Amino acid sequence: MVIDSIRDGIVIDHIKTGLGLEIYRLLKLGKLDCQVAIIQHATSQKGSKKDVIKIDSPIEIDLDVLGYLDPGCTVNVIRDSKVAEKYHPAIPETLTGVISCKNPRCITSAESDLPHVFRLTDKDAQVYRCIYCETMAKKIKI
Amino acid sequence: MRHLIDILDLSPAEIDQLIATANDIIDHPADYAEKCHGKKLATLFFEPSTRTRLSFETAMYELGGHVIGFSDAANSSTSKGETVGDTIQVVSCYADIIAMRHPKEGAPMVASQVSGVPIINAGDGGHNHPTQTLTDLLTITREKGHIDGLTIGFCGDLKFGRTVHSLITALSRYKDIKIVLISPEELRLPEYVKHEVLEHNNMTYVETQDLDSAMQNLDVLYMTRVQKERFFNEADYLRLKDSYILTVDRMEKAPATMSVLHPLPRVNEIEKALDSDPRACYFRQALCGKYIRMALIMKLLEVK
Repeated sequence: MVIDSIRDGIVIDHIKTGLGLEIYRLLKLGKLDCQVAIIQHATSQKGSKKDVIKIDSPIEIDLDVLGYLDPGCTVNVIRDSKVAEKYHPAIPETLTGVISCKNPRCITSAESDLPHVFRLTDKDAQVYRCIYCETMAKKIKI
Repeated sequence: MRHLIDILDLSPAEIDQLIATANDIIDHPADYAEKCHGKKLATLFFEPSTRTRLSFETAMYELGGHVIGFSDAANSSTSKGETVGDTIQVVSCYADIIAMRHPKEGAPMVASQVSGVPIINAGDGGHNHPTQTLTDLLTITREKGHIDGLTIGFCGDLKFGRTVHSLITALSRYKDIKIVLISPEELRLPEYVKHEVLEHNNMTYVETQDLDSAMQNLDVLYMTRVQKERFFNEADYLRLKDSYILTVDRMEKAPATMSVLHPLPRVNEIEKALDSDPRACYFRQALCGKYIRMALIMKLLEVK
């Protein structure tokens, strides 16, 4: 399968296989009016499987979303068909407006204007908890 | 400006200081009778709670201050759709300090983000109740003389009991505490509390369903009510509510020095005949609640 290389845009590479669609959803890439390609189960140079997202426009990427979902991925900024910058997203200390608290007893369930904010409480296990009710965010299942 | 939303908002040294102040108030109440003269406490109770509200209000009156507020969300603008943040911003124009209870978890934190005056969390759903924890710590200190080194048993609803979770969290900062968790299988302490509090702090703990055997080694037995409002299903509540009842017969076999605490209200988990037993501390504990709240109000108002 051939997908054209891009001239000016973003390539999110080395995504853990199966997470590409979730990253596409949380980054709201479906709302862009440029071309976006999700490649699932691509074979990396080391022979393992990965997902890749190519965005045919130089947009700002929310690195917190990537750090939360898959800190092992890389973000390549492409200019004039060359990799101009490369980022490795860090695991964010807080997540605002990325995931929602599902606890029906949480104040966020009663007041829709409140931002949903989660704080990293266990870095080793990557546990995030709602700052209001301390409910643990559900892990994304691959 | 400081708020008290979670018991961990206070350092161990600050808790020790609050306990020392409360003990001094108990010994010299006249010295504190005008400490908050001219100050106003707002008690905003978005869900009913007679004893906590009365404890706060009495505390402020005994400090020479005044009290405003409401005891039911139906009597507030919440019933008209006002947000917690708006209510707090209005009330903080009138009061010097706010004690609030709310059925939604995290509501006091939202309040603290917009308030111009100190916020005290007087209970937010099944989440936190830090002034109950301060009450428990003062009571244990007064009954046993110290907290370090004690073996403390928790009995009953350890799953939904916020007072249990908060007290265990507070105890994690003391030395050589042993925790005994006594509950039916369905109401065991949640795994995340065991992992993030007990195990994370290398605390010694055991779990058991046998109250009689567990009591033999306890310095303190903390009884809890199986709370109907925390169940989604009434059949589960009815099946479990009588699981662990402390009777006179049982207490005859308990150590002579074991103190029995209970955050109250009780339903039937402690036999009324036990009330005259000197080991039954729960009414003295309720009194401690007033004194520690006096100390807390003074601290947050920065009254010397």
